[in-house]
Amino acid sequence: MASLVERFGGGLATILIGLVAVWLVAMVLAPNLMMIDYALRPNLPPAAIGGPDDVYSLDNITYLAQESVHRTIFFKTVWASALVALATFVVCYPLAFWLAQNATPNQTAVVLIALTVPFWINEVLRTLAWYILLAFRGPLNALLLSVGIIDEPVRWYGNGGVLAGMIYAYILFMLFPIYNSIESLDKSQLEAARDLGASTLRIHRRIVIPHAKAGIATGCVFTFMLAAGSYVAPALLGAPGSRWFTEIIYNWFFEGGDWNRGAAYALVLLVLCLLVVLLALRIARVNLADVAK
Amino acid sequence: MSHSVELTNVGMTFGATRAVGDVSFAVEAGEFFSILGPSGCGKTTILRMIAGFLQPTEGRIAIGGRDMSGLGPNQRPTAMIFQSLALFPLMPVWENIAFGLEARGASKAERRAKADDLLKLIALEGFGDRMPGELSGGQRQRVAIARALAVEPQVLLLDEPLSALDLKLRQHMRAELRALQKRTGVTFIYITHDQSEALAMSDRVAVMSAGVLQQVGAPRDLYESPRTPFVASFVGETNAISGTVVEVSDTVATIDTAHGRMSGRSGEGLKSGGTARLYVRPEALVPGLDVENRLTATIERSDFEGAFALLHGRLADGSPLVASVGNTALAEAPGPGESAAFGFETRHAVVLADG
Repeated sequence: MASLVERFGGGLATILIGLVAVWLVAMVLAPNLMMIDYALRPNLPPAAIGGPDDVYSLDNITYLAQESVHRTIFFKTVWASALVALATFVVCYPLAFWLAQNATPNQTAVVLIALTVPFWINEVLRTLAWYILLAFRGPLNALLLSVGIIDEPVRWYGNGGVLAGMIYAYILFMLFPIYNSIESLDKSQLEAARDLGASTLRIHRRIVIPHAKAGIATGCVFTFMLAAGSYVAPALLGAPGSRWFTEIIYNWFFEGGDWNRGAAYALVLLVLCLLVVLLALRIARVNLADVAK
Repeated sequence: MSHSVELTNVGMTFGATRAVGDVSFAVEAGEFFSILGPSGCGKTTILRMIAGFLQPTEGRIAIGGRDMSGLGPNQRPTAMIFQSLALFPLMPVWENIAFGLEARGASKAERRAKADDLLKLIALEGFGDRMPGELSGGQRQRVAIARALAVEPQVLLLDEPLSALDLKLRQHMRAELRALQKRTGVTFIYITHDQSEALAMSDRVAVMSAGVLQQVGAPRDLYESPRTPFVASFVGETNAISGTVVEVSDTVATIDTAHGRMSGRSGEGLKSGGTARLYVRPEALVPGLDVENRLTATIERSDFEGAFALLHGRLADGSPLVASVGNTALAEAPGPGESAAFGFETRHAVVLADG
């Protein structure tokens, strides 16, 4: 703070600190506190708010614990998000490695532009593109039928569709951290390992992945959090059997009209995601500061 | 002794650039062989071709009599020590050393035992559980050597591994490398641009320039009997006096120069009437020596180096002349501003055709 004053002078420094404080309080702290407040109160008609029934309780949260369908969807969302993170990692790692170690600068530029351009379009529209691709009478089924891989069209909407949509949506969040961390690996280490007789698999397991661990953890944390909080992909590409927990939260807010229960559900999701992330980082022995970088 | 590594007409072309052209030499088993040349001369390319990181576009490379065409670095009986050393920073020292054995499927006990043996060899006993980052430059150097020796290679390839060390440590590591090579009997192929390093350590040295092999020989041969102008001027300091050949025999050549007629041992391809240069080392120039070969220069400055001093002077036509005078003869040596005559023996000079 002292260095801010030194660099910008007292007036400007006060304005900058003030803006950051306003942003933190109004945009981050207040909404979350309001959500916690909502989550802990019962859903009452307007007239009863502030009345004798308006007391804090854990009822909304225990409701989720007792409601078996919601509970199942909740845990499924958590593990399916982990699966999305894993699948995205599997897709991104070879590409990140190739970009960081083998590609020429021109190839890197072309691939990065090709990957980034679709993200200039709104997420809903991008997911709609997958909706079209994966349709029962859509191009993917037509292609697979004509090549002869399948005999009759496949219903892609559901778990497979959601997985594909999410991997696509979060690919950059996984790719860039891994790319950055592999890029800093000295090529001669790979050559030394190869020279000492190591197989490709061993080189990756012993040299590349340990080196890129922080980047991989960052990518996985991003992807996991985004997947767990995702709404568009499950809503468009899902099927009744592949409901996502965010859809239930949405329903409480906008169809059930029970903001309190919706807030409680959202709070539980937030807390559990945080716990999963912290646990995963502890297991991978990466600290939070490395991820923040 | 058998050939350990043999290159036959090896060439390497990258796109339109010819990095190495038509190089042939053979390294004997158990030899300390250096490849010396300025940066960009193709020496690293040759080393990487021997290691298997590059496949030559022409010619063949054999190791232990076996053709290496198409074999990758993990299939060759070579181990490389990289300029950056390329130790694995996230593994403790012993795992670094045993990495090659790990890749060969050795058990943990076996690997640990071998790593401890090698740590003893490089005088780093008890350092096995440290991380590479906790070692000094010289210690890291030795760990890199141990890691390469762990796979029991026939040939150890060293890519300027001492260049990052400071002078004192570098001199110490030279002696250590040399001793280690003699003790293990492994063939060393050592790349360097530092001629004193190559001359001090090697059994034989190959001098390269612009992708072409200039001369292969024992360090003294290269210094005393250079066969090309490049070797004469790159290996050690020298004075070059240009002139026209007037007389050539098998052993002695005489040229006419702007500073008079002088002779030296004759190189290859000299023709009477052709242009040539006479190369004479600073230490062969003796002030006041009364012989036929004489050069007169005005001394500009004298650089005292301890054991000797270098006298920098100019000849009558303005070209520089460097003479070295031993410490014990310094009292009689000419000082700055004086004009002095230097004489040199015919057997201490070489005449080579301009290439």
